[in-house]
Amino acid sequence: MKTTEILVVGGGPAGLSAAIEAASLGCDVVLMDSDLKLGGQLIKQTHKFFGSREEFAGTRGFEIGNLLFDEVEKYKKEGKLEIFSNTTVTGYYKEDGIVSYTIGEETYDLIKPQRIVMATGAQEKRIAFPNNDLPGVYGAGAVQTLMNVYGVAPGEKVLMIGAGNIGLIVSYQLMQAGVKVAGIVEAMPRIGGYWVHAAKIRRLGVPIYLQHTITEALGDKVIEGAVIQEIDNTFKLVGEPMKIDCDTICMAIGLTPTCELLWSAGCEMKFVPQLCGYVARRDAMMRTSHPDIWVAGDAAGIEEASAAMVEGRIAGLAAAASLKPEGCQMLKEKSTDYLKRLENLRAGETGAKIRCGLEQVCCECWG
Amino acid sequence: MTRKMIKDHPILNFEHEKKKVVKFTFDGREMEGFEGEPIAAALHSNGVQVYRITPKHERTRGFFCAIGKCSSCFMIVDGVPNVRTCVTALEAGMKVETQTGMGILKPEK
Repeated sequence: MKTTEILVVGGGPAGLSAAIEAASLGCDVVLMDSDLKLGGQLIKQTHKFFGSREEFAGTRGFEIGNLLFDEVEKYKKEGKLEIFSNTTVTGYYKEDGIVSYTIGEETYDLIKPQRIVMATGAQEKRIAFPNNDLPGVYGAGAVQTLMNVYGVAPGEKVLMIGAGNIGLIVSYQLMQAGVKVAGIVEAMPRIGGYWVHAAKIRRLGVPIYLQHTITEALGDKVIEGAVIQEIDNTFKLVGEPMKIDCDTICMAIGLTPTCELLWSAGCEMKFVPQLCGYVARRDAMMRTSHPDIWVAGDAAGIEEASAAMVEGRIAGLAAAASLKPEGCQMLKEKSTDYLKRLENLRAGETGAKIRCGLEQVCCECWG
Repeated sequence: MTRKMIKDHPILNFEHEKKKVVKFTFDGREMEGFEGEPIAAALHSNGVQVYRITPKHERTRGFFCAIGKCSSCFMIVDGVPNVRTCVTALEAGMKVETQTGMGILKPEK
């Protein structure tokens, strides 16, 4: 059976960062990702990131991805990092610590790692309305994959559901790709995402329907339109239904952490609404209650890519240091800086929700 | 039919002209796509949105999550059912078919 010192599950911003740090301490690292291309959602982002210089402020998401790929390439060449793309990790067996995976749809195999960093990311939430299963109702991530990775227009006219950051950003990306946006529907009385994103969209004349919900998707075999309606403060329908002309409905109503493997491993889990679902309890170094398993990125709670990358670096470094005693000093030095950066990313009003969520799952030390 | 590809983009350069065009079939119709792109993306750009019909209520299903997690885009590829077409790379000569129902596994020869 294949063995490795460190297995990183997930090749998005958190997983790539974890793999890079672990390899930098001299560990043998295997990284597995289910997609055809590495980079997770980061490579689908065309907007410039915020924050400080350390967090690549002013650099577009996909360009940050390229910077991570350069680091990955370096450790691949040194033989410290092995990448399996189009490889889905399907199980963790806590009796013997063996991990099962499939390459593509046909090859099934096993690997025994000494340490694991779970950076499995997130999946889209859905809401219930008639015909929400018809082709043409797509997750926001899927729309980004089609248009920003493969250059395929998801449709001609899109209705966006959700005015959080993802809904706003993807609406703008659709217009960059030459696709019309019929409008943005948001159940809350205010925009959830940053004003700077919302302002760009409003300037282009796209209506944002606050306190509205989608009540029905129209169509027989594929989407041919949608019906939206106003709701009051108790989410009850008021006013008249309004028909929207569109061929695509994009769902940007939020994400929930992908945590099946953490459950399988018996990690202590907790439901934390502020982190958008079940997440593993962890210490400041991202170690879960399972002594061999670390967690990072959206799998540890829905946040954004900048925080995911820093968390990944901490988790990768800590997992590696647990195998390499000589790495403990490095962990001490670097983690002080990384923790400070996380604190900065989560500062202020916009970070309040995350801070409240983290208070519920972070523990001092597993001892 | 020509594929609906995004060509002019203010930020991204897809370099479609550098990609290798391959032929495949969808329910017997010949189509073109780029080698290595997801089967689902190749179909979508050819105007195909319905990838399978559900077993019980016979509802149409297509693309949804694009990351191999939701099962919406299962199709029969080269005779094998339940292939996640959003994370399976297109190859020349692939025989892609709409999947109706659960899909039947053929015994290995």
